[in-house]
Amino acid sequence: MIEVSNLTFQYPHQDQPVLQGLSLTIPTGQWLAVVGKNGSGKSTLARLIAGLLPTPAQTIRVNDLPVDEAHLAALHHQIGFVFQNPDNQFVGATVEADVAFGLENRQVPAAAMEPRIEQALAQVGMTAYRHHQPEQLSGGQKQRVAIAGALALQPQILILDEATSMLDPQGRQTVLQRLQQIHQAQALTIISITHDPVEVAMADQVAVLDQGQILRLATPAVVLNDQALVQQVGLVQPFSMQLRDRLQHYGVPVPKEYLTKGALEQWLKRQLATRA
Amino acid sequence: MNNKVLFGMYLPGNSLMHRLDPRLKLVGCFWFVILVFFARTWWTNLLLIGALGLVIWLSQVKFSKYWAGIRPLMWIILFTAVIQALFSSGGQVYWHWGWLAVTSAGVAQAGFLVLRFFLIITSSTVVTVTTTPLQLADALEALMKPLKYLRVPVSQLAMMVSIALRFVPTIMDEVGLIMNAQRARGMDFSSGSLFTRAKRLVPVMIPLFVAAFKRAEELAVAMEARGYDPNQARTKFRQLHWQRHDTWGTVVWGLLTVALVALRFVK
Ligand SMILES: Nc1ncnc2c1ncn2[C@@H]1O[C@H](COP(=O)(O)OP(=O)(O)OP(=O)(O)O)[C@@H](O)[C@H]1O
Ligand SMILES: [Mg+2]
Repeated sequence: MIEVSNLTFQYPHQDQPVLQGLSLTIPTGQWLAVVGKNGSGKSTLARLIAGLLPTPAQTIRVNDLPVDEAHLAALHHQIGFVFQNPDNQFVGATVEADVAFGLENRQVPAAAMEPRIEQALAQVGMTAYRHHQPEQLSGGQKQRVAIAGALALQPQILILDEATSMLDPQGRQTVLQRLQQIHQAQALTIISITHDPVEVAMADQVAVLDQGQILRLATPAVVLNDQALVQQVGLVQPFSMQLRDRLQHYGVPVPKEYLTKGALEQWLKRQLATRA
Repeated sequence: MNNKVLFGMYLPGNSLMHRLDPRLKLVGCFWFVILVFFARTWWTNLLLIGALGLVIWLSQVKFSKYWAGIRPLMWIILFTAVIQALFSSGGQVYWHWGWLAVTSAGVAQAGFLVLRFFLIITSSTVVTVTTTPLQLADALEALMKPLKYLRVPVSQLAMMVSIALRFVPTIMDEVGLIMNAQRARGMDFSSGSLFTRAKRLVPVMIPLFVAAFKRAEELAVAMEARGYDPNQARTKFRQLHWQRHDTWGTVVWGLLTVALVALRFVK
């Protein structure tokens, strides 16, 4: 469980705090999507939770550990973090060496690394590239490697800071589904910062960040259905919802609750079958 | 680019020399240099040429490629050799002008000098051509391990070297990117005197440094998040495995040494 209470944070030499009295509780095993405009403080919040910025005392607890200097090693042990820029987190000379980097830090014996690297690379679909050098990879492929690097460490909490922004839609879907499986099978807590409506839709809860505070904390169905809110935070509604609204506009009585693409397709098929 | 071996450039391959343990290659090369200074007769040098020929043949890289890489250095060596020939004395005098003289001893010394330089440069090129920089860094780390007891931060230094090697291509790409960005703004890098051209590189260097510092900061945070602690012991994924052909290589180099000593003293 992650508990953030009354967190205010300001970068040095800045005249305004980025986060102002923010409180948030993320239960173990939840997938939380964090949305908000550019510069709303999403990355800052994520870094504070992971102890990668000087966190104000007594404001954040991760699995009952206070986030402070004394507990950093234990925190990094529990939290896997994938950053926005895939280039500047690629440490190894090759794909496999990069995935191995975190394992080496944890002093995993060389023999035990191999299966974990193999599994992590398979999970993100990069097995065929294991001997490639970073210059030979595209942005999206580097992001996949970064996710594999975090997964290989088998964290309890995974923080994805726009970690799939460069993946093609198909690839993103595959990787997210993989994460979904791990999330369900191992009660992995996921915090995913994203601008992508499909990724938002996969979460259990959505936190909308605005002006240094949580503007809204609700399920994806509720958040994505709120036209005004969606516009305000610069999101786009998923295609299925746009289609639903358009159908409603033309007088087709589509149910109001959130529907995924598959569910909408099912509903339309059923309607067509009964009409015919 | 690829048909020329620059001094110190790796050429991918799968020859015996490529597969040899980088530690052995490094120590073997060092040992070879010692042998080169130990060899003073024609026979011993002939033996060393033979040994070098053997490793070149085993590397499956054509000698012409090595030669293309060595040639630029050979000019400097030849120049040194000519000076050596002109200024040393002894033996039969072939030609002289004032205190400059070409003597038989001078020519012989110059010949040995050229040969020694050639042997040393070529043997180290064989190592760099068949070993990736990263393998070399690994080998250096392994060989320097005893220095840990003298409080030399061997693993931190090795991490520094491997990160530097990892980012060389990235930063090269960035140079190209910034230069193109400046070209798009009308900057001309290819004309003018050397001085003006150097001056025009300033607007390339500054963004490059700024980007490099930002990169370094982000990388440091990412490494920390993945549990890197410079003061902690780490395990190693890339293990160096000593294999049978490495033992054979050591034996061959040992025999070379014995043969050399025998040729020099037993006579
Ligand atoms: N290292 C820093 N020093 C000073 N100010 C910073 C620093 N990093 C971020 N900021 C400022 O803090 C604010 C929030 O930045 P943050 O990176 O958390 O936003 P974000 O929500 O992740 O945006 P994006 O969607 O673009 O990734 C921004 O106004 C930014 O200018
Ligand atoms: Mg961000």
